[in-house]
Amino acid sequence: MLFPTSAVGKKIMMAITGQVLALFILFHIAGNSTIFFHALNAYVTALYKLPLFVWGGRLVLLLAFVFHIWYGTVLKLENHAAKPEPYAKTRYLQATFAGRNQIWTGVMVGVFLVYHLLQFTFQVTNPAVAADTHPDALGRPDIFTMVVQSFRQIGIAGVYVVSLAALGLHLLHGIQSSFQTWGMNNEQTLPVVEKTGNVVSVLLFVWYCAIPIAIIAGILK
Amino acid sequence: MNLTLYVWRQKSSKDPGRLVQYEAKDISSDMSFLEMLDVVNEGLIVKGEEPIAFDSDCREGICGMCGQVVNGVPHGPRKKTTLCQLHMRHFKDNDTLYIEPFRAKAFPVIKDLIVDRGAFDKIIQSGGYISVHTGGVPDGNTLLIPKHDADIAMDAAECIGCGACVAACPNGSAMLFTAAKVSHLAMLPQGKIEAARRVCAMTEEMLAQGFGNCSNHYECEAVCPKGIKVKFIAKLNREFIKAQMTGS
Repeated sequence: MLFPTSAVGKKIMMAITGQVLALFILFHIAGNSTIFFHALNAYVTALYKLPLFVWGGRLVLLLAFVFHIWYGTVLKLENHAAKPEPYAKTRYLQATFAGRNQIWTGVMVGVFLVYHLLQFTFQVTNPAVAADTHPDALGRPDIFTMVVQSFRQIGIAGVYVVSLAALGLHLLHGIQSSFQTWGMNNEQTLPVVEKTGNVVSVLLFVWYCAIPIAIIAGILK
Repeated sequence: MNLTLYVWRQKSSKDPGRLVQYEAKDISSDMSFLEMLDVVNEGLIVKGEEPIAFDSDCREGICGMCGQVVNGVPHGPRKKTTLCQLHMRHFKDNDTLYIEPFRAKAFPVIKDLIVDRGAFDKIIQSGGYISVHTGGVPDGNTLLIPKHDADIAMDAAECIGCGACVAACPNGSAMLFTAAKVSHLAMLPQGKIEAARRVCAMTEEMLAQGFGNCSNHYECEAVCPKGIKVKFIAKLNREFIKAQMTGS
């Protein structure tokens, strides 16, 4: 049987694409954190001076997304078919809420991503603050004002916090699960990988939420 | 003690099946779970009703024949205990118990609480063995096995193939069972020779039999009456990657 269609192969495809996306999540917040130093416009301008890096990265991410969604859907359908009848009484001993709802948090993150791209990459949701058509005093796209003006609306900030919670839950199961799929576990390392995955997921959630919350609280303006 | 039971009754694989309420009266706390069902069945026979069909064999916790889902947990609430070794003292008087068969597409119900676990045999047949050349018995100590490896192989070999891992898995996956067999043989020099072919064949057969994929929920480990660890699933994954890398 071919690697990508085998039971373990499919899981490895999920793990590798998931890990690529998780690395991007880390890179993305590290870059976005320049907003706290009022250096977001400078960061973005510098980043776009590396077109090979930006477009190469986008291509890798697009492929990772497509394969992650494809294999996630295939696995979910196969798993669903393998357990057609539910128990009258169900009790989970070790399976977590995050793990059991991985597909749904994944769907939430996917839907959010479309909105996020329309809002900040294609800048079509609120043309009045679109950075590409509203440069700052130095002539750079004014990403900072676009972000601050957007998050001042409590509804938008709320959507972000809820979506980030879904992302956090997705990572809570995904990080530790990906290492197990790679076979990088034994009795001693499994609890360490699980705890590290949990801490990283919670930290990323808090770190990401810090931006909309700082703007709502008026700390960033 | 007295108990209220809701037992899954299903005449055949074609019957839709349903939960039926029974009262288990004057149950001794020293009885095993299966003995409690024996008592209920005796009452049913006296009343002229069909007794509840369930699997059992050794009743010593080593054959892997018994297995039902009690209140949502395969083999009941006690850790590392088969249903036949689960005693009624672990329940309280007037408890309500839901007793259901192991559920998975690959384990069709034959009757009441009995399921067909033949899919496990198919997985074993696909590679869960070593090919040996017949001949003279080898001299003792000609094939030395480090204690550490022997211990791990024995831990994996503890699997009795009861199917609780499949019953507990939200995906109906047989990864813990397959991983135990793959790991057991891959740890030993006799089994290493065919390790690559084995892991590919057994995981493929697992899918062919209609089992799901592993989502790393670890419910299997929590209910395994022999305490098989999910580290063996990681080992199976490693063996699979190794097999793919070497093109075996």
